[in-house]
Amino acid sequence: MLELKDVSVIFNQGTSLEKRALDGVSVHIPEGQFVTVLGSNGAGKSTFFNVITGAAPAAAGTILLDGQDITAQKEHVRSRSIGRLFQNPEHGTAPHLTVEENLALAYSRSRGPFSRAIRKEEQALFREKLKSLDMGLEDRLKTPIGLLSGGQRQAVALMMAVLNPPKLLLLDEHTAALDPKSARKILEITNDLVRREHMTALMITHNMTDALTNGDRLLIFNDGRITQDFSGEEKNRLRPADLLDFYEV
Amino acid sequence: MSTGVIIRAVELGLIFSVLSLGEYITVKVMDSPDLTVDGSFVTGGCTAAMLTLAGYPNLGLAAAFAAGLLCGCVTAFLQTKMKIQGLLAGILTMTGLYSINLRIMQGAPNVSLHAVPKATILANPATVLYVLIAIVAVIVALMYVFFKTNLGLMLRAAGDNEEMIRSSSVNVDAMKFLGFALSNGLVALSGALLVQFQKFADVTGGTGMLVLGLAGIIIGEAIFRRSGIGFGLAASVTGAILYRLLYTFALQLGFPATDMNLVSAVLVAITISIPHLQKLKKKRGSHA
Repeated sequence: MLELKDVSVIFNQGTSLEKRALDGVSVHIPEGQFVTVLGSNGAGKSTFFNVITGAAPAAAGTILLDGQDITAQKEHVRSRSIGRLFQNPEHGTAPHLTVEENLALAYSRSRGPFSRAIRKEEQALFREKLKSLDMGLEDRLKTPIGLLSGGQRQAVALMMAVLNPPKLLLLDEHTAALDPKSARKILEITNDLVRREHMTALMITHNMTDALTNGDRLLIFNDGRITQDFSGEEKNRLRPADLLDFYEV
Repeated sequence: MSTGVIIRAVELGLIFSVLSLGEYITVKVMDSPDLTVDGSFVTGGCTAAMLTLAGYPNLGLAAAFAAGLLCGCVTAFLQTKMKIQGLLAGILTMTGLYSINLRIMQGAPNVSLHAVPKATILANPATVLYVLIAIVAVIVALMYVFFKTNLGLMLRAAGDNEEMIRSSSVNVDAMKFLGFALSNGLVALSGALLVQFQKFADVTGGTGMLVLGLAGIIIGEAIFRRSGIGFGLAASVTGAILYRLLYTFALQLGFPATDMNLVSAVLVAITISIPHLQKLKKKRGSHA
């Protein structure tokens, strides 16, 4: 599904500030796997995501998505098959557009530029999808999304990312800016959606318990490399306290 | 004010509402005010004037719109491909257009359209009001429908949250070309209508047009106080007409026409700062 072969990302190459943000990372993630990603600040987690989406160029190595080499593909081309969610809920939604307009932005585009963005069918679909979140959002289709709370906005952003199920879903600390209750709710929805749609997903988190209780596999980044890789039973046996040892400070 | 004066003010208001509708795209939808306007407004007027003199008044209006599209593309090009900061890109296009406008008018600073081979659609005083209402209604309807299409939604989202659109599969640069082009197309059409209405084209006629169009949008917003595309478009038209009425009233009070740019600027400054002044007043009130 997703394969990185010896991928490096170097910032400020050739200057005294040169930094290897990713240093020869190789990893294979099979279809349908839900992977959690841990690592201290600056370990390369976000760069790992950026190089997959094309926001950061790879200085070396190859990235394959579904067997296709996407290393040189432009960001806006790749994003057709990669969904991404950010820490800040404001990042993923357009505040002055209504909830249904935001959803339409993610959903209706394939129908051609001049077709009506929101028809009756879409409205019904959006209402049903939002109802499944159980946050009362189905009654707020006409509300500008900037008036919703952070948790509600993130829920809509998550819905937007999976309306046309992407090949790959990248979650970049998407619950970190939310209050504990909203964070739990969003994580619950994430799990539901990923499992229901059999999505391949990667989730960065700083919360060790979340990293252990979610997903099938755990990657730990240190200094631009993947230093630990746990799956299955091995991952289930881990305790948060065990993980601290894997962080290099 | 006599009825004749009021009707003429409404007619001019309708012409300037096309300007405000054009600026609505850059100022409100894309959140990046565009100074190209002061140039492209005249480009539209000059283009229409020359074609009207040549005997093609309606083609002149269409050509003015097309010329405006091009002006917008130049500004979009400077901004997206040459990475020139937004306001400066507009100023550069506007400055360059001054020379181009003179060339379009074959070096003459102004032309009169009092004797033309074929009458314009605005020539008959009995029907001009209805013709203008129809033109504005069609433009508003087209814009409303456009902003509800996928493309329109993408344009709005690109102005609302560029970062989000950049990381989605929309080409942001293409959206800027589209927005600036459409905006300046309408601005140029407004300039063309004004020239045919006044039967006079002047290469310096663009000064203050950005502020004038803005005044329409702002006054309309202050009245409607609602968000959404439908209200925004309606507000731009209402505001532009109302502003023209106020302007005419000021002229009747004895202000010379040359003071009008100052009046426009002061009016826009006051209207924009009203919400802030109200907040200040409220704060004082709560401290007392």
